[in-house]
Amino acid sequence: MKYLPLVWKNLWRRKIRTTFTLLSIFVAFLLFGLLMTIRMAFTFGVDIAGADRLVLIHKVSLIMPLPVSYEPRLQTVPGVELATHNTWFGAYYQDPSNFFANIAVDPVPFLKIYPEYKLPADQMKAWLEDRQGVIVGKDLAERFGWKLGQRVPLTATIWQPKAGGQTWEFNIRGIYDGGDGVDKTQFFFRYDYLDENRRGGQGLVGWYIVKIADPAKAVALSHTFDEMFANSSAETKTTTEKGFVEGFAKQMGDIGAIMIAILTAVLFTMLLIAASTMAQSVRERTNELAVLKTLGFSGGLILTLVLAESLFIGLVGGGLGLGLAWLVVQGGDPTGGMLPIFVLPSRDVALGVGLMVLMGFLAGIMPAVGAMQLRITDALRRN
Amino acid sequence: MRWLRQTLAMMALNLRTIPQRLSSSAVAIVGIAGVVVVFISVLSIAAGFSAAMRQSGSPQRALVMRSGADSEMTSGLGGPEADVIKQAPGIRRDGQTPLVSAELYVIIDLPKKSSPDSPANVPMRGIEPTAMKVREEVSVTQGRMLQFGTNEVIVGRGASVQFANLELGNTIVSGQNRWQVVGIFEADGGVAESEIWCDSRVLQGAYRRGNSYQSVLARLDSSDSLKAFTDWLTSNPAVNVMVRRENEYYAGQSRALTSLIQVVGYGIAALMGIGAIFGAILTMYTAVATRAREIATLRALGFNTGSVLVSVLGESLALGLIGGVLGGAAAYFAFNGYQTSTMNFQTFSQVAFAFRVTPELLVTGIVYALIMGLVGGLFPAIRAATLPIPSALREL
Repeated sequence: MKYLPLVWKNLWRRKIRTTFTLLSIFVAFLLFGLLMTIRMAFTFGVDIAGADRLVLIHKVSLIMPLPVSYEPRLQTVPGVELATHNTWFGAYYQDPSNFFANIAVDPVPFLKIYPEYKLPADQMKAWLEDRQGVIVGKDLAERFGWKLGQRVPLTATIWQPKAGGQTWEFNIRGIYDGGDGVDKTQFFFRYDYLDENRRGGQGLVGWYIVKIADPAKAVALSHTFDEMFANSSAETKTTTEKGFVEGFAKQMGDIGAIMIAILTAVLFTMLLIAASTMAQSVRERTNELAVLKTLGFSGGLILTLVLAESLFIGLVGGGLGLGLAWLVVQGGDPTGGMLPIFVLPSRDVALGVGLMVLMGFLAGIMPAVGAMQLRITDALRRN
Repeated sequence: MRWLRQTLAMMALNLRTIPQRLSSSAVAIVGIAGVVVVFISVLSIAAGFSAAMRQSGSPQRALVMRSGADSEMTSGLGGPEADVIKQAPGIRRDGQTPLVSAELYVIIDLPKKSSPDSPANVPMRGIEPTAMKVREEVSVTQGRMLQFGTNEVIVGRGASVQFANLELGNTIVSGQNRWQVVGIFEADGGVAESEIWCDSRVLQGAYRRGNSYQSVLARLDSSDSLKAFTDWLTSNPAVNVMVRRENEYYAGQSRALTSLIQVVGYGIAALMGIGAIFGAILTMYTAVATRAREIATLRALGFNTGSVLVSVLGESLALGLIGGVLGGAAAYFAFNGYQTSTMNFQTFSQVAFAFRVTPELLVTGIVYALIMGLVGGLFPAIRAATLPIPSALREL
């Protein structure tokens, strides 16, 4: 500890050089934070998807509708706690580029199956009393400045109202909240309103969500459901909710792998820069290190002093970069709706810290070992 | 003139001695090259994707969908409506037949070859016999054209490469339907190559769509016929449609994904660039520091400050150029033409495309590298040129 002033002084010998090295590491870890966030965003919430929830879609593809009559049949299967349906509406608010998920649901079973969507009891009551009522996520309400009780018109693209035109009117009866990683940009309205008001398509739903009592029975129950509806007019394909979301993420392509490849390139380059700086700084101080050794500083102590310098650069530069990344992420999704899950997971923060330490160590180890093994007489002779 | 000769002489000296400072120069070169590779490769994804989308539409064709639909998938037109649309003026005729095709657009789940456990949304288009004549750039390159009235399909080249089990002679099993692949077609690299084409009547039956379609594609008599065509249709009470020029439709469909990729690409490249600039600055400081005495000697001999400055900058630019060229070449050979596919949010279906390292990207990459070299070399150059000669000579 008493050597800290020595380490500090040595670091700031060449202020510009240290500052720029710190800045390079800062940039590297800023990128790390941001890219890890993007990688997480493209997993679309796979991690929090329920293992005890199964999703049934039409066997051909998600865009084919299923009959609403499947619901009571699903409820009777042993092992099923609750079954409900969702239907994609695909409308937009004012401008077609304002994308957000709007889905028709059956309010009571839906919120039972998704306890992670937190809605106050009075808002739930208001929703149940108003056929045109909707609940929206907190982030979505903030994005458009919607308030409780506001009347919101959406322009439909798939289902046209019986009365004509394309506009469907809704009243905001609730704003739901959730933890980190929960998608708070969705818009849920009532299926009975959709079915009664749409021109055509009566009795059809998009997909089913089934909550099962025992997650271990997921595979067996998936087969049971698919067999129940085999050879009917609408055959089904059942997967766990996690598998369903993963399928979407996979369709985008391996974004995760691309991010990691980029980060590897970035961190490797910055490591190179930091290492070359450390090597240079030690080389310059050969005489002084020799003097220290003459005075009695052991080889091991010299090694520690050099490593302390490079670790400092790694931790301070990296810490600042990661900190800034975290602050930026707090600002929310910059794409306006395409990336609803925009958080920097704490697991990646821990990984970042680990990488900082590793980089600091790797950058300094070669010069440090060289300094440790320095022979006093050779060093003093060197100019 | 003397100034110029001095500058050139110093620059030659600097460049010739780079091999002596190989390791620190390598740091700057690798740093800059790394940034250029990442920059070009990420942006080549956007370039490839938007090229595939742009190739797809022709300004000579008009796409008719139900009014208010934002893509073919969400549109719906009745059979009688489609018949009315076919009567509109401005459609080119082949003898007596108007070159127009009423089509269905659905997606089916097929696994990607790269992730066989996970199905992808593959687009399937039901066409009419006139479709091939409406789309002049499409040709069947392997096998033969499908026979209308049967379960035969032809598969786009991109789709057959990206998705499993779409080779010639295979049978696609989708739900209770079985489709027989009898041909592979090409469409000039456009998005149609990601699709599977079948008879629209057969598709209607398979999907219980009755007599309905989703879009009508018409080959216009000439690009200018669009106005007459559109006006007749929008003022006709028997139909409720909207008309787009096909290439504008596809350009609109690619906007969201392309801008997302570009924002991410430019953002990452900008941040990496800052890091690389710091790396270049460090390298050049080292370069200047190790030769401080030589530079001071030259200045004492009478070489003027300006030449020193420019020559150091020149060395830095050279490093940037080498880094840029290396990065560009690496990106080109590693990524150009790499086939992949992704899901276009807007159409909810897969688009097969190839990474495209365009000449513009390469030039932008090299310019970026030069900028990094320039900014990196500026402060060290100023320092080299202005350090008082006595202190420089004393430097270790």
